[in-house]
Amino acid sequence: MTGEYRLAEGGRINRDRPVRFRFDGHEYEGFDGDTLASALLANGVHQVGTSIRYGRPRGIASAGPEEPNALVQIEEPFPEPMLTATTVALHDGLVASSLPGQGRLATDPDPARYDAINAHCDVLVVGAGPAGLAAALSAARSGARVIIADSDTEFGGSLLGSDEELDHAPAGRWIDRVTAELRATPEVTVLPRTTVFGCYDDNYLVAVEHRGEDTFTRQRTWHVRAREVVLATGSHERPLVFPGNDRPGTMLAGSARTYVHRYGVLPGHRAVAFTTNDSAYAAAVDLHDAGVEIAAVVDVRPVATTLWTARCVERGIQILTNCAVTGTSGTDRVSGAQISPVPSGDSAPTVASELDCDLLLVSGGWNPAVHLHSQARGTVRYSEEICALVPDRATRGVRTVGAAAGTFTTGECLRTGSEAGSAAARATGFDADPAEVPSSPSGPVTPPQPTWLLPGLSADSDHDQFVDLARDATVADVRKAVGAGMSSVEHIKRFTTIGTAHDQGKTSGLLSSGVIAELLGVEVAQVGATTFRPPYAPVAFAALAGRDRGDLYDPIRVTAMHDWHLAQQCPFENVGQWKRPWYYPRPGEDMDSAVLRECHAVRTGVGMQDVSTLGKIDVQGPDAAEFLDLVYTNKMSTLKVGRIRYGLMCHADGMVFDDGTVMRTDEHRYLISTTSGGAAGVLEWLEDWLQTEWPHLRVHLTSVTEHWATIALAGPRSRDVLARVTSDIDLAADAFPFMSWTDGTVAGRAARVCRISFSGELAFEINVPWWHGREVWDALYEAGSDLDITPYGTETMHVLRAEKGFPIVGQDTDGTVTPHDLGMSWAVSKKKDDFLGMRSFSRADTVRSDRKHLVGLLPPADSAVVPEGTQLVELSELPEPPVPMLGHITSSYRSAALDRPFALALVKSGRDRIGQTVYGHVGDRLVPVEITEPVFYDKEGNRRDG
Amino acid sequence: MAELHGESPLAARAETLAGSSVPGAVQLSEVAFTAQITLRVDPKSPAAERIGTAVGTMLPNQPGQVARTEQLQILWMGPDEWLLVGPEGSAGRIQATLAEALGEDHGSVVDVSGNRTIVEVTGPRSRELLAKGCALDLHRRSFTSDQCAQTLLARAGVVVLCRDADEPSFWILVRASFARYLADWLADAAAEYRDRTRQAASVRTLANGSDR
Repeated sequence: MTGEYRLAEGGRINRDRPVRFRFDGHEYEGFDGDTLASALLANGVHQVGTSIRYGRPRGIASAGPEEPNALVQIEEPFPEPMLTATTVALHDGLVASSLPGQGRLATDPDPARYDAINAHCDVLVVGAGPAGLAAALSAARSGARVIIADSDTEFGGSLLGSDEELDHAPAGRWIDRVTAELRATPEVTVLPRTTVFGCYDDNYLVAVEHRGEDTFTRQRTWHVRAREVVLATGSHERPLVFPGNDRPGTMLAGSARTYVHRYGVLPGHRAVAFTTNDSAYAAAVDLHDAGVEIAAVVDVRPVATTLWTARCVERGIQILTNCAVTGTSGTDRVSGAQISPVPSGDSAPTVASELDCDLLLVSGGWNPAVHLHSQARGTVRYSEEICALVPDRATRGVRTVGAAAGTFTTGECLRTGSEAGSAAARATGFDADPAEVPSSPSGPVTPPQPTWLLPGLSADSDHDQFVDLARDATVADVRKAVGAGMSSVEHIKRFTTIGTAHDQGKTSGLLSSGVIAELLGVEVAQVGATTFRPPYAPVAFAALAGRDRGDLYDPIRVTAMHDWHLAQQCPFENVGQWKRPWYYPRPGEDMDSAVLRECHAVRTGVGMQDVSTLGKIDVQGPDAAEFLDLVYTNKMSTLKVGRIRYGLMCHADGMVFDDGTVMRTDEHRYLISTTSGGAAGVLEWLEDWLQTEWPHLRVHLTSVTEHWATIALAGPRSRDVLARVTSDIDLAADAFPFMSWTDGTVAGRAARVCRISFSGELAFEINVPWWHGREVWDALYEAGSDLDITPYGTETMHVLRAEKGFPIVGQDTDGTVTPHDLGMSWAVSKKKDDFLGMRSFSRADTVRSDRKHLVGLLPPADSAVVPEGTQLVELSELPEPPVPMLGHITSSYRSAALDRPFALALVKSGRDRIGQTVYGHVGDRLVPVEITEPVFYDKEGNRRDG
Repeated sequence: MAELHGESPLAARAETLAGSSVPGAVQLSEVAFTAQITLRVDPKSPAAERIGTAVGTMLPNQPGQVARTEQLQILWMGPDEWLLVGPEGSAGRIQATLAEALGEDHGSVVDVSGNRTIVEVTGPRSRELLAKGCALDLHRRSFTSDQCAQTLLARAGVVVLCRDADEPSFWILVRASFARYLADWLADAAAEYRDRTRQAASVRTLANGSDR
């Protein structure tokens, strides 16, 4: 396929592999190796959309990630918004459309796979142009671990877009040789199509690798920790500000050169080049040689350099020095450029001539890509010499070389790259000499003439002079900001939105600083530039999410009995990361009826629950008793071996933070339990005090949560069931009293059995090593089958404990509740000298009498359950707001034993209000509720011994 | 007592692990029912020395160092903490040995055998597989044979133990409740190797059947 825009030969495209694609509803053909942009240009398509604010036609302006205009929406293979046509690799089946600014997200899940990997290296080289390749080669030859990454599909950087020779041969040969050597070196990782988009503290850099559409993983995020970093990120050409500078067909000069050399594409047939420096001459000469008619090179400088003048004369290319393009014409594409002599002073320019053209090349100089250097907190300075920002002070372990450092000749890039690579490897302890580099004929580069605003243009033309094409921001916008009194580039950025689009101001950033400087009448260096922030280039959220989605989004923690629960098809409740059975519905049951049945079974027969999730910590050492006395509000040192005590933990503010049981297993050893969700936090809390405040205490803590599988057996018949599977434990109430433990054999397995009850009924907790959990569970279930042993879930547990007035930390408390508020003063020792929270109990706020107390609530017996969270008020009719609130309901259920709804609540001066009726605000109704003691069932505790 | 053990945390994922193994890339399997004992003792104390003598090797004193005896691997877990991993059924014996050597001195010996199970990861792609979820540098230059580290693998806290750096072999010690999550994560991360094998096979078929 060669047409009027595709050269018959040349370029790095694979002409044996034509690729069909669709753009804006039209079928086109390109080649493997094309970008969407080069393939469109080869088909004569320049305009790829309209601008976001003004709807002006916009075209392809560049050949790389700096592209401000050519945003496209990918439709197929999968919808993806806001990609730049200049960076989308062409592939079969690609369907894309132009995009005025905002994209469209897919409504279907993305079928592609995205993942992540961590990588470590001695030297990371970012960018594989001449400087980067030379750096990587030097470092790699020393044996250092090297990673070299480049956004482009192939290595070579700027060399790919020129016809430069190295060692008197096409540069491609050197690129191929170096790339092959790097690939063959064992400790080198070669990453093409990989954009390093963020540089963070301590040389932690993040990159995204585009692995291709047909690969197992479409994109992979690389988390790289590098000891040394060499940034060889190149530079971006800067456009020029002049009226009509946004017309399709206006293109960065170097990009046009890239289209010719790399893709064999002519971006137009008749071009005008408008420049402030030498590089547009190279483009003009190369395009001329490829068959493009060059109408003129328009140079703002008074004199062109001898070398380029000679080359132009040879080819008959007209040079107009001391001239500028001051306007363009055309509808959807540039058709002519107005040329004026650069006016002196304030006199308006006079249009000397209009040149017909379908391509307008522009070059305002080159901006080193200092993004990563700056993200790493390196500083930048404005260089008068190259009229751009260059790296100034670098952070430790970061080196910038090549065009990114303001070095623009290939020979110097190669030399400094090679040296930086060896210096970086040396810094990590490798004996690295700079690799020899090929000779390059490229001569010196003369500095550009600083040109930000063309003088003498009328204010009317401000609206036509675009500073940020992506944001449709013009000189008029900047003038308005300056006129409003702004002088900081950061303020003006936010006012005008310049530099905030997908390209983050790659072409517009410094340009706006220049325009601001001219309008304020100060130096560009004084204005500076806005902060460079990650990501350097847009990154898909899917790539950042990686595999952390679906079931792998967060760990699902399960117990040894999980498969049994699954087989019952019970719904699960999330408790932290744990999955806990919520209730076990029988066929035809809803949640309410299942929970009533389970409650009834525990109160009248026997139930069993998987309580393995409770946190368990082994506490050992001669000072263990003293330690526990300090962290619990009650006294644990007086606990006898073989016995168990309930305990509360408070933070230093005196507020309840966790609760559980304390089991004394030996003179110097305890096993404490925590809430399921609080286990890790409690261990951290205890270690914190032990290591930082009480290092003199000889105590060791060991988490044993998952060593044990724990089964609660509860109900008046629980002793009968247990008796059937154990022969060496005397289960009689006097031999094995409430709140004691014993070791024995249960269902043939060594077990630790406790008499603990969270339901008020006779109950046992059976602990066996994890891998016996399922087996012992099955044995107990089997042993109780004729008693209709009933597995129950967290909901039933919650109801049963609420009937007994036992609070759940985190449900009935919220970090503002003291033990006294809970009515648990009995659990706060008055005999101890100190414990965490003690001092706070004498604070004025904790001793006031109108604190909220945990109390019981009884709605009318025949009413529905009042929702948890319901606010409580004093009167049966709401007064004018603000309505004083008395408190809220923390737990609310229907009781099988009481055959009525009941609740727990935190109520102001609640204990003084027992017997009073207050009102719950439910929807638009007020429901009367009677305040009661929090214990509803078996107040005397007669049931715990069965 | 019937057989010594019951059901290991990854018994239900045995097929997942086996099915994710790809010859020439990675092999995944559970090493279940090992004896695991946490030891806490002052490393400079005579008790620590007595323990060293009793178990047959001094307690490792470098971060992440692992000492080996014929029966035991002793993992450095902290300045005064070690995890002793021994063969199935040896938990009682190890505890008795440690308790006797410790005597009346301050220290603690806790059976944590059920707390964690072990996933063995071997094969040339082991490091790459683990790197997908582990931020530590597992390269043989920085993580050698008989070294261990406590870290995160994906979102689970684990102990990674390098059993052999040359023929890559790692043990991942993971909490029993997190084991299935980790097995599922490993299977997912290893899926590309299976896919690659399949692709290589299809490319070969293509090559044989055409003049490509």
